[in-house]
Amino acid sequence: MRLGEKAGLKPSKPMRDVFGDALLEVATNNPRVVVLDGDLGNSTKAEYVRQAFPERFFNLGIAESNLVGVGAGLAGCGFIPWITSFSSFLLCNAYDQIRLAIAMSNLNAKILGSHGGITLGKDGPTQMGIEDLALMGGLPTMVILVPSDPASMHAAVQAATDHVGPVFLRSSRVAMPHIYPEGDCPFEIGKANVVRQGEDLAIVACGLMVAAALDAAAQLAEEGIQARVLDLHTLRPLDRAALEAAARETGAIVTAEEHLLQGGLGSNVARVVAGSYPVPMRFVGLQDVYVESADPDDLLVKYHLTAADIAAAAREAFAAKQR
Amino acid sequence: MTQTVSQELDLLALKEKARQIRLDILEMTTLAGSGHPSSSFSTVEILTALFFGGILRYEPGDPWWVDRDRFIMSKGHAAPALYAVLAHAGYFDRQELWRLRQIDSPVQGHPIQGMMPGVEATTGSLGQGLSVGLGHILGGRLNRLDYRVYVLLGDGECEAGQIWEAAMAAAHFKAGRLTAILDYNKFQETGPISREMALEPLAEKWRSFGWYVSEVDGHDLGALIESLQELKSIQDRPAILIAHTVKGKGVSFVEADFTFHGRALNPEQAAKAREEILCA
Repeated sequence: MRLGEKAGLKPSKPMRDVFGDALLEVATNNPRVVVLDGDLGNSTKAEYVRQAFPERFFNLGIAESNLVGVGAGLAGCGFIPWITSFSSFLLCNAYDQIRLAIAMSNLNAKILGSHGGITLGKDGPTQMGIEDLALMGGLPTMVILVPSDPASMHAAVQAATDHVGPVFLRSSRVAMPHIYPEGDCPFEIGKANVVRQGEDLAIVACGLMVAAALDAAAQLAEEGIQARVLDLHTLRPLDRAALEAAARETGAIVTAEEHLLQGGLGSNVARVVAGSYPVPMRFVGLQDVYVESADPDDLLVKYHLTAADIAAAAREAFAAKQR
Repeated sequence: MTQTVSQELDLLALKEKARQIRLDILEMTTLAGSGHPSSSFSTVEILTALFFGGILRYEPGDPWWVDRDRFIMSKGHAAPALYAVLAHAGYFDRQELWRLRQIDSPVQGHPIQGMMPGVEATTGSLGQGLSVGLGHILGGRLNRLDYRVYVLLGDGECEAGQIWEAAMAAAHFKAGRLTAILDYNKFQETGPISREMALEPLAEKWRSFGWYVSEVDGHDLGALIESLQELKSIQDRPAILIAHTVKGKGVSFVEADFTFHGRALNPEQAAKAREEILCA
């Protein structure tokens, strides 16, 4: 079954294409936006801006450290740099530069990490960004955004551009089905969206896993369990109120992310829940493992990132709260 | 004739300014009980030439004036020298210097952008400043401003890959308004550079990356000013001024002992150093 089918969600085009559209939109509307590329513009789709506004597009080549430093300089001149590459290469090569030149300096710069998660598939684990959210979590001033569908990608790119300060935004190679009506995603940085109401338990997800969570919720409803689904599109600042309310009102929480369990959405949510209103929790995400080259759908099944995995975790959490 | 005399007088005043800056670095680091006095001492004449020798265009009352020349201290451990020269240039009250490394003070051990006026970049992890400088060049072009960008590099810092990424990119973008100055004091933290890492042939490396290279005695104020003025005429590519310096310059027993790299002078040593600097 196609992702989102069970929940009745319509398919869409790959998220990187949506990102390219959204980036072009903000670059068109705001002449202060400049785009920096680490020679992957044709993959991240940042190249849409190169075609439209060549004077505001800079390919710095395969040199991520310098890429980030140059972006910091442009931010220092009052421009809004979108510094773009694959999450894996950009964050891992230039973490020190993002830390000092962007995060510690609290600069108004935007980091786009594309090909997040494992769903880039066949290029394999060397290219996958399975640790991007954890790495960005290590930078206290960095806002962290993970859009879940085309409308939220557009809204997130706009919100990131408007926000004054450092922002990391995750993009993906994979297509994510429509969760929100096109052009109509309520998106406030730090405010989770409840995309399905329910009182029996809450599933908190981001990115691709929001659609999977809605599929799981549709399955659970058939079993008489009503799951609330939260699209936690912002990992920093966390929506503590929404998480505490979910814990208090449903009594059980499942988290789902296309990321290592270490340092990603689940561990962040657990910290809030444990500190406010502890309830039984289960976590869907990558165990301590590097995955392999394969078709994205096969990877999601093998590494337990499907709606069925979320539903199974939900049944466990729901049972635990009954005890 | 008159001009020669006034230039000599100016040079004397500049030498006195350099002496004051060196003394302030000594006081700051001794008061803080830590810091990098020797790495700061080697930069003093370079900074004096830039800020007081008519090279940099700046406005201390409007530190973020869009058309200011940028000065980026890439070797962030020379923060005491940066703070001292900024204070003397009028960016902030000189009394701030005595708060170096103290709690609740903006005068951080290494420069943090946004905490002190005149600090253009956060540095301290080496290798980063040249890239930021290139960003300011590209931003200046987009804004149609004609300011110049100066980046002070350490020599050990040139072991970092990012320096050469930036060097390649600056030549690619024909960053004619970008000038790097290398504080070539021949020592890194653990010892003589020639012993720890083969950096030479350095001038050839920069030249082969497409840069205009010039060399100077980094403690000769007149020669520094002359070289920096000359480099302003290089328009088609970035330029580097390799300034041959002495680590710990101005204090004999610091010059003779590279282990002062990350160590302040104690009050007794500072008293002796003060005397030497005052008598020089």
